[in-house]
Amino acid sequence: MEGTERVFERLVLDHQNRIYALGLALTGNRHDAEEVAQDTFLRAYRALVTYPPDRVRELKQKAWLHRIAVNVVRNRVRGVRPRLVELNGSEPARGPGPEEDVMRKAEIDELAARVACLPARYREAVVLRHVQELSYAEVADALGQPVGTVKANVHRGLKLLRGETHGDGDD
Amino acid sequence: MATVMIDLKRLGDVKAPAGFADRVLAQAGMADSYAVFETVLGAVYVAWNRLGVSAAMRSKSAAEFEAWFHKEVGRRLVRVDAPADLAEKIEDQLEGTRRLRFDLRGLTPFSQAVLRKTLEIPRGQVRPYGWIAREIGHPAAVRAVGTALANNPIPYFIPCHRVIRSDGVIGNYGGGGPEAKKNILTLEGVQLKRLQELAHAGFRYEGVRSTKVFCFPTCYHGRTAKERNIVHFHSEQEAYAAGYRPCKHCRPAVVA
Ligand SMILES: [Zn+2]
Repeated sequence: MEGTERVFERLVLDHQNRIYALGLALTGNRHDAEEVAQDTFLRAYRALVTYPPDRVRELKQKAWLHRIAVNVVRNRVRGVRPRLVELNGSEPARGPGPEEDVMRKAEIDELAARVACLPARYREAVVLRHVQELSYAEVADALGQPVGTVKANVHRGLKLLRGETHGDGDD
Repeated sequence: MATVMIDLKRLGDVKAPAGFADRVLAQAGMADSYAVFETVLGAVYVAWNRLGVSAAMRSKSAAEFEAWFHKEVGRRLVRVDAPADLAEKIEDQLEGTRRLRFDLRGLTPFSQAVLRKTLEIPRGQVRPYGWIAREIGHPAAVRAVGTALANNPIPYFIPCHRVIRSDGVIGNYGGGGPEAKKNILTLEGVQLKRLQELAHAGFRYEGVRSTKVFCFPTCYHGRTAKERNIVHFHSEQEAYAAGYRPCKHCRPAVVA
């Protein structure tokens, strides 16, 4: 148990930015991004404490967390919000983010909102490949799809983002 | 295509908001949350986690409280907005109408036993240190009881202020010295002046003539009795000799 807690602490510190960025790119706003990231880590924690030590050690953390996060977002879309652990009714205090340049922040938010408007299958593929910079194999693993499908979806998603296609009706 | 990809890469460089990791760890039960509350004692900093309330301290500042917590408890600590209903819960706890849970993990089994026993003392009543010692099965460990109470990490919530010396001296109070202890007891309805007069005269117990039961002077059992119906005893032997038996509620002596 002690060991698992240390692993989890490390996991959160190492991957918090990555998973928050993923949440932002998939949901398009910072509030949902934080919820997604928080849910992702809590689900990871609940799974970790049930895993035998070997499994914890051999875990490919990055791919594993991406897989959980994608599922968290998918479940939210379906309206199944996982409940967070209640701490005697505590609410997280929302502090301001790190000193990000206001202009840059606005640009980022605008881009995130645009990405979030993509149909889910293109959005997931584009975000994992080009925001998170996973390999095609890792993306395929996280999404549970064949590599070929992922490649096609990434290609199509990028085209949509660049405004190259205008409702040519393949969705 | 290239600019879009560069933009997307920048999206991946976004940082999690300040305090995010701490909040996650608190949610997972690996850090304690804390908030500041206004009480009759003034501002009290209160920490809690999934197991319950873990610390309470009158501190001059959040920084002072955090430093104390890190030294004494050693876990991560995350400041949160005070839950709206916690002040009410605390009040109910002190009234005895609610049992908050407490996280006493870091303490010795002896200290835990002392604090859990202290929770049984009703509001408006006091018990001597020796009573705690006897009730937890270590009748000779009166001093150790005093030490455990002085180091109570959750004063006020765990009412160590309700434990006083049998000679009527109010004694130490980790929650802010003897004066604070007197103030809380008075607020809780303890008649300190009367208690100390009795103690000065060497009286430890009071009995009710009609019931032949003897109590600690603050026990509610004897409260409705008329003054002329009340007798006082220096010792339990004296009470027994007069034909009195110990009260089952305040247990001034081992109930036979
Ligand atoms: Zn009694």
